[in-house]
Amino acid sequence: MPKLTMVQALNMALKQEMEKDDAVIVLGEDVGLDGGVFRVTDQLYQQFGENRVVDTPLAETAIVGMSIGMAIYGLKPVCEIQFSGFSYQNFHQIENHASRMRWRSQGRFGVPMVLRTPYGGGVRALEHHSESREAFWSHMPGLKMVIPSGPRNARALLVSAIRDPDPVIFYEAKALYRAFREEVPEEEETMPIGKSQIAREGNDLTMISYGAMTRPTMEAASELAEKDGVEAEVVDLLTLSPLDDDLFTESVKKTGKAMIIHEAPMSYGPGAEILARLVEKSFYYLEVPVERVTGFDIIIPLFNRENHYIPSVKRILRTARKMMDGMK
Amino acid sequence: MPRSKIDIPCHVDYLSILDETGTVDKELEPDISDDFLLDIYKAMVLGRRFDERMLNLQRQGRIGTFPPITGQEAAQLGTVAHLRQSDWFVPSFREMVAEIWRGRAMETFLLYYSGYNEGVDIAEDQNNLPLSVPVGSQTLHAVGLAWAVRYRKKDDVAMTWFGDGATSEGDFHEAMNFAGVFRLPVIFVCQNNQWAISVPLSKQTRSKTLAQKALAYGFPGIQVDGNDVLAVYTAAKEAVERARAGDGPTMIECVTYRMMMHTTADDPKRYRSDEEVEGWRKKDPITRFEKYLIDKNLLEPKKIESVDQEVKEQIQQAVDKAEKLMKELGDPLDMFNHAYAQLPPHLEVQKAYLAKELAETMEKE
Ligand SMILES: Cc1ncc(C[n+]2csc(CCOP(=O)(O)OP(=O)(O)O)c2C)c(N)n1
Ligand SMILES: [Mg+2]
Repeated sequence: MPKLTMVQALNMALKQEMEKDDAVIVLGEDVGLDGGVFRVTDQLYQQFGENRVVDTPLAETAIVGMSIGMAIYGLKPVCEIQFSGFSYQNFHQIENHASRMRWRSQGRFGVPMVLRTPYGGGVRALEHHSESREAFWSHMPGLKMVIPSGPRNARALLVSAIRDPDPVIFYEAKALYRAFREEVPEEEETMPIGKSQIAREGNDLTMISYGAMTRPTMEAASELAEKDGVEAEVVDLLTLSPLDDDLFTESVKKTGKAMIIHEAPMSYGPGAEILARLVEKSFYYLEVPVERVTGFDIIIPLFNRENHYIPSVKRILRTARKMMDGMK
Repeated sequence: MPRSKIDIPCHVDYLSILDETGTVDKELEPDISDDFLLDIYKAMVLGRRFDERMLNLQRQGRIGTFPPITGQEAAQLGTVAHLRQSDWFVPSFREMVAEIWRGRAMETFLLYYSGYNEGVDIAEDQNNLPLSVPVGSQTLHAVGLAWAVRYRKKDDVAMTWFGDGATSEGDFHEAMNFAGVFRLPVIFVCQNNQWAISVPLSKQTRSKTLAQKALAYGFPGIQVDGNDVLAVYTAAKEAVERARAGDGPTMIECVTYRMMMHTTADDPKRYRSDEEVEGWRKKDPITRFEKYLIDKNLLEPKKIESVDQEVKEQIQQAVDKAEKLMKELGDPLDMFNHAYAQLPPHLEVQKAYLAKELAETMEKE
């Protein structure tokens, strides 16, 4: 199996789906000759031509609005918004149309589109290039919100997203794009949208995370095992909406302790919903208060200070140890 | 008659005064004082050299990503040169030399591109907005500022800069329409540098010019040789006078070229040819202006050298200052500054959390 970065794995998913189905169209800013500013669409323009890999004028509303029209017709547009920081221009097309066309047309039209966009910090970028605003999309009825955590699941989830009959927002962590490689099978692989995964098994503490933050979470879990003899179970959500609350509530029933780790601001962030589900479904199993390790409720600072904003292994460990100490 | 022609203004002027060989059209030559010509020249050289220095620093890993301006000095200075201090300066992200003209301290660019929030530093007496990254979005703010200026019965203007790519954004069109409808004192300066990252102008619009978009919104648009500082200056002068007199907005399309990469994270070899770039090198805005000033006896080789020296010293001072500031700044707790006029209680709690974490780390080290 080839060892791929997340960029290469996403590229593979697009290429293979385009080969299989001529309804799949890639569009966005700089996705053609340039191959996308992160090279996720590299060489697709050369292989499939300008009718299937469309360099659009610079207008996010138009990219998304046009994708909706294409999807209503029966195509499967996969549009790229260059940075999630510029997806607010197209916010209204998603909220007012993509997410509710099925409902508005009483089932006559679906919008099987995917909006791919890089999110999150950690790559020393300029303003508007580092935010994590997944909560916006997770809050919208009618949408699916997917955030992979590595090359292999990114590829499999993107294939599923393209084939999904409903609109999917697909967040790609910039910090993971080239962070590591994984074996990704050449042959087709899909993963169900709306299902989370156990990334590491353990009986002492449940750590719930997704996207870029699964890495420091896994690292913290290893250190806890090594130095503290604490076995944490790590749940990688993979989909934020619809949220799979079975896996993490079952885990908490076993461990009695839960912490949630995300890069997005704390207030009204995904952690708030996860916490609510924990309270609803596993309240009587909770031995200590649930903890959230998240970004602060401020604009993520320019990159000189971003490492103090984004949850670090150290910060995760500190909270985990506090929770374990609370047990003594 | 069921079908007739509606008479609409259907042309835009193209203005060029100083051609690429440095030959001036005497009839169109603007009346600018010698001192002011030299000020503009020095600023152009400063912009060019500072760009080169920043690229150097970036390549050494001493600053992060930034968008170079090389080639666009005339478009920026020929326009900004008309603003009074009380006028409103509404830039996008590629107006480094215009920002310096407006009084932004040079070291703040280095801080900003090194990831310090303190790299934005706007003096109380400057009506300068901070640079704006979301393409085209700032044009609407210029419209609002101009509306407020008129409401307060002032004769200030708002000038906003944006690229060719920005003319595809809805925000730009909405700004143009509002400015037209309300007849506001706004000057829309389009730096048409032919590229929006990898997308050439031909993929951005089917229009022959960008300036003609103004006609649809009911006000004048003019296209100028954007590498000809005299032409840019002349067009901007007319536009600013019209705006101050209450005669509404103007759009100026400066035809220029992005000589460098989009930002230092970009590799233009993927999408454009070296020949194209070399072709534009011959149209350099500084070379031709230098020739013009030499012909006017305002410059000679020695003076050119002394300007260069002066500019280099200025740049070195800025670099030194920035490096010193970087040692003093950077307290992580300052990330909570300016979140709100007054920090709400939950942020006090979050700030204290970070302070505690930092203190613990200090103890361990
Ligand atoms: C709304 C928005 N979409 C996308 C981007 C990413 N981006 C930054 S600059 C740029 C191209 C801008 O082209 P143009 O308007 O011609 O200005 P130039 O960069 O040439 O100065 C793009 C796509 C952005 N900053 N804002
Ligand atoms: Mg441009």
